[in-house]
Amino acid sequence: MSTFVIGYYALLIAASCLAAYFNKRTVFMLIFSLTLVSFVLGIVGGVWALQMVTGFSAALALAAGTSYAFREFLIIIASKNLAKELRTAPLTAAFGMFVIFTYAIAGIFAPAIAPYGEAEIVSSAFAPPDENLLLGADQLGRDMFSRIIFGARNTVGLALLATILAFLMGAAAGLLAATRGGILDQFLGRTADVIMSVPSLIFALLMLSIFGTNLLVIVVVVAVIYSPRVFRLTRAVAGNVVVMDYIEAAKLRGEGNWYLIRREILPNSTAPLIAEFGLEFCFVFLLIAGLSFLGLGIQPPTADWGSMVRENATLISFGDMTPLIPAAAIALLTVAVNFVVDWMLFRSSGLKEQ
Amino acid sequence: MGDIARLVAKRLGLGLLTLLVVSVLIFFAVELLPGDIAQAVLGQGATEENVAALRERMGLNKPAPVRYFEWLGGAVTGDFGVSLISGEKVTTAITGRFVNTLFLATYAAVIAVPLAIILGVIVALLRNTIFDRVANVMTLTSISSPEFFLGYILILFLAVKNPYFPALASLSEGMSFGEILHRTFLPALTLVLVVTAHMMRMTRAAIINLLASPYIEMARLKGTPPWKVIVKHALPNAWAPIINVVALNIAYLITGVVLVEVVFVYPGIGQLLVDAVSKRDFPIVQACCLIFAATFILLNLAADVGAILTNPRLRHPK
Repeated sequence: MSTFVIGYYALLIAASCLAAYFNKRTVFMLIFSLTLVSFVLGIVGGVWALQMVTGFSAALALAAGTSYAFREFLIIIASKNLAKELRTAPLTAAFGMFVIFTYAIAGIFAPAIAPYGEAEIVSSAFAPPDENLLLGADQLGRDMFSRIIFGARNTVGLALLATILAFLMGAAAGLLAATRGGILDQFLGRTADVIMSVPSLIFALLMLSIFGTNLLVIVVVVAVIYSPRVFRLTRAVAGNVVVMDYIEAAKLRGEGNWYLIRREILPNSTAPLIAEFGLEFCFVFLLIAGLSFLGLGIQPPTADWGSMVRENATLISFGDMTPLIPAAAIALLTVAVNFVVDWMLFRSSGLKEQ
Repeated sequence: MGDIARLVAKRLGLGLLTLLVVSVLIFFAVELLPGDIAQAVLGQGATEENVAALRERMGLNKPAPVRYFEWLGGAVTGDFGVSLISGEKVTTAITGRFVNTLFLATYAAVIAVPLAIILGVIVALLRNTIFDRVANVMTLTSISSPEFFLGYILILFLAVKNPYFPALASLSEGMSFGEILHRTFLPALTLVLVVTAHMMRMTRAAIINLLASPYIEMARLKGTPPWKVIVKHALPNAWAPIINVVALNIAYLITGVVLVEVVFVYPGIGQLLVDAVSKRDFPIVQACCLIFAATFILLNLAADVGAILTNPRLRHPK
């Protein structure tokens, strides 16, 4: 038994006793079940497993602390109304906002943050990390760290562009279908059905095989694939709002269509639309990452997370984790957006599950 | 019984119609190719005779609708034409790989479906406790990760650092069944992780939705133990949504399978499709897309029909 193991269990048991003494039931359950799990893990995996658990908990605690501090920061700088909303945000949502904020900074100021250019060859292929190259070099000797930073700009930017286009197309079609109805509604609805009845990745592959892989094609194809979701939601939401009395009143006042959409329909359907925008972004982002992983997305030498994983995958068979960092970056952003969306959906629906 | 048969037949007809429209889409998408297909395949440097010969071989001299019906007729009888690159028959290239893909998807589904339903019920029972929250965060993470991320993590920890399983799932002739299961375990596990997370969340939502209904309240008030409330009262009514969830997620497996096959170099139809897309081998792309789309539509159809069959209210319409 090393001092580490003794200290580890002493800390856990002391913490669970304290939690039990102060009647914090959930905290107690969490810590004590962690102790029990540690017994099993310790027997199976030895000290290494316990160290992993410690590292993991420390990372979790750090994330929780950061999110707490970030939420307080947002509450202070935000306006009064917004601050009230933010106070209700769970830590996960605060964490999500923090991650999105970080990615935005990395993407916008990429040239200033990255030590080297994205296509600049600075070393030999697969050079190991040193003080100049934080994460080592990739298969052509470019700096991995710089490429990951630039990837935040390219990959996320492309996904954002495709999402915005999908949203504009879907929302415009949905509003049109809800306000006009009739044959146009039927036609748009059936088109959406057909697009949704083909798996998105397969549809994207078919289109890319025909039009070739350039950025414009990717953005348009991905936008077309995911616009039916927005179309259906907008049509449903707008359809519910259109029949309200206040719309009738506005119409009788003699307001135009544009005013109706802007001042009456949109303010009453923003919450679900914003949440849908987040979800849509996740789908688009994962699809684009998948495409570039298959070598059919953003073309080299532009730095892009999906293709970086593929190009450096050989390192994994030597037990090196670096190629997984861009993949983890994709996962982290998607998780973060999902956390924020979860909170928004919860807030907008007022839905409390029992 | 006549009503239900009619209802199912109606869904089937609708599914068939969708498939027909999709096949039109797949076929005529290639027609959208700017310029001449034969020219595009051979490149700018091709001689006039070569292009003409290829046009003849592909039957491009006939009008497009005629070719569409020839292609569709061939597809129905299992003949997808000839590959542009290798000159091999598309059907021979696809058949073996399609069986492999089906095997992988079935392997994953057999593990994932019972696991997801059981875990979903447990999480629904423990809703709003700390375990539920942890499970929520974990499933969310699993859903949000690209398939290749999960795949490479599994390779790193279960194949490279601790060599329990092979990192590459290549198959060869004469392998025993156990050996195949062992070889394809990591790709199957990757799919299981993604699909289980989806299914668990949906099962949980379906059951919690049901638990809000008055008859559950009644069962609780008369003192039925919580597990019995779930198993005896909630579950029978939850079958419809759960069957829906299962079918939808198996349909989701189809998209996931493409990426997973590439990560693990598994000889399936997804990898064939990706190769064909980068080589612009249209007959193979069309055939693969049609097969994927057909499976997808079929599973969605199964979800619909399953929902009808397990819902007494739909079975006996007033």
